[in-house]
Amino acid sequence: MAWVDERFPLTRAMEDHATKYYAPKNVNFWYLFGALSLVVLVMQLLTGLWLTMSYVPSAEGAFASVEYIMRDVEHGDLIRLAHSTGASAFFAVVYLHMFRALAYGSYRKPRELIWLIGMAIYLVLMAEGFFGYLLPWGNMSYWAGQVIVSLVGAIPFFGADLMEWVRGDYGISDITLNRFFALHVVALPIALIGLVFVHIVALHHVGSNNPDGIEIKDHKDDKGVPLDGIPFHPYCTVHDFQATVAFLFIFCAIMFFAPEMFGYFLEKPNFEQADPLKTPDVIAPVWYYTPFYSMLRATTFPMFGLAAKFWGLVVMGSAILMPAMLPWLDRSPVKSMRYKGLASKIMLAFMLVSFFILGYLGTIHTTDLTTAIAQVCTLIYFAYFVLMPWYTRVERTKTPPERVT
Amino acid sequence: MSNDKDATSVENKGRRYFLIGMTSAASVAGAIGAAVPFVKSWTPSAKARSAGAPKICDISRIRAGEMLQPMPAWRGKPCFIVGRTPEDIERLQTEQGDLADAASEKLDRQPAYARNPWRSRRPELGVYIGICTHLGCSPKHRPEEGDFYCPCHGSRFDLAGRVVKGVPAPDNLDVPPYSYLSDTEIIIGVDEEDLAAATDSDDSSTERA
Repeated sequence: MAWVDERFPLTRAMEDHATKYYAPKNVNFWYLFGALSLVVLVMQLLTGLWLTMSYVPSAEGAFASVEYIMRDVEHGDLIRLAHSTGASAFFAVVYLHMFRALAYGSYRKPRELIWLIGMAIYLVLMAEGFFGYLLPWGNMSYWAGQVIVSLVGAIPFFGADLMEWVRGDYGISDITLNRFFALHVVALPIALIGLVFVHIVALHHVGSNNPDGIEIKDHKDDKGVPLDGIPFHPYCTVHDFQATVAFLFIFCAIMFFAPEMFGYFLEKPNFEQADPLKTPDVIAPVWYYTPFYSMLRATTFPMFGLAAKFWGLVVMGSAILMPAMLPWLDRSPVKSMRYKGLASKIMLAFMLVSFFILGYLGTIHTTDLTTAIAQVCTLIYFAYFVLMPWYTRVERTKTPPERVT
Repeated sequence: MSNDKDATSVENKGRRYFLIGMTSAASVAGAIGAAVPFVKSWTPSAKARSAGAPKICDISRIRAGEMLQPMPAWRGKPCFIVGRTPEDIERLQTEQGDLADAASEKLDRQPAYARNPWRSRRPELGVYIGICTHLGCSPKHRPEEGDFYCPCHGSRFDLAGRVVKGVPAPDNLDVPPYSYLSDTEIIIGVDEEDLAAATDSDDSSTERA
């Protein structure tokens, strides 16, 4: 080991990031989802790599090759369903991970950069999911791709040219499929791994937040070890390992018994090959995009001489980017929801409920009523962010304890 | 050398900044130049462009009130070729109250010969790109309602492809360039003025549907 340590800082790296990295001793259930996202990332990389071995990235062959994987490749169905279920699982754990940050103020100083890197990861993940969704070349893949790429066309002046540039053709075609494949399996995974790496480096530099939203580094013993900290390894790794087992239990149950999740994970029109001349009755993105898709559809009126379609794009884009502003919107003297006032709690609850309603509305046909509901929910979603500098300052907060509870 | 160091760094500061500036500028220019092939390679290839060649359609089978089935595709987009009854033509001129852009003033993605109440060369036949201008779904022809209805987000268009008010679609359906080859054949993708050139050249550049 000494021989290695002279040439590579192995022992130091292990100590810095595991055995002498001190995590708050009061972290709870919500702190498991970071580790779980990493588990899902590894699973996606592994299953994805195996899928490329049998998948054919062409309009002619893609759909058939996915069926080939499902029927003829030994255990191909498991690998494919692990990947498709993994996509939904990825977003599920990432959304829970993000909720934890909202609840305990993990985006606050000194963790702004961790939060911003995390937002970048979320954006890359959304792109990764979108590009991947076209690859099976089912009818929903095709039409969802068509709809989302058309969003680019809503940009004034050069939208139409940009759209053609993204597709490389006059419609979604073989060419589009090939470039989405390249982005999905090469470019974005590399970006994702890089971003996850710096996310963790930044986290280990400042240390983890905890449910009390106070810094454990404020109270150290004479050796410089935080009094309320426990070594990440073995104390946290053992928790995370247990959580992984529980997670895999649920994951496998879904993968074995409900991989389509009643049309939410794998949509029914996608069991039919892409047909440019036949639109599915309802075009809905996969569940993890539907809240934002609802906001897009809810924007039905033109403003300032620009079309409703363009504003839909603006509303959707800013809804996705809005959380990146949180470190500067939150003016509360305390970080954690435990000590924040009633207003913060109510706003967070309202925002979450709106987000769920929007998510549901995004999967169904629009009517006048659903559009009106979606508009109200969109307003609430934005109000949570835009009004935050005000309500976090005026509400009465509790004083957090000196040491973690 | 080392004893000159302080002197050079002070005396030649201007020269050093100049060299750094020039090197940076040259590098940026080089990087932009190198980016060109990468960006350009995403535009439609020669193959994709030729696949977007004009398409000849037999319209003799279309009866008034019906749409040509199977729908021909031009540049991968479905084309609505719809026959209209005299009553349809009458309605297109009289019932314009709930249309968002009855005179097609807003839209420039249509040839000049489509700037009339029926938005076509001849009133009895309409030719439209069957892609909803909202988000690119393909609307469904409903002969009994006399309209096109987009199942995705509920946009409606009349038989001349004009969008009604209060639906998500912002614009009327696009009209592709097209010309009559004879009373029974049209060619989609070619305006009349280009017709001679397109049909005289070898036939492989057009496709029959």
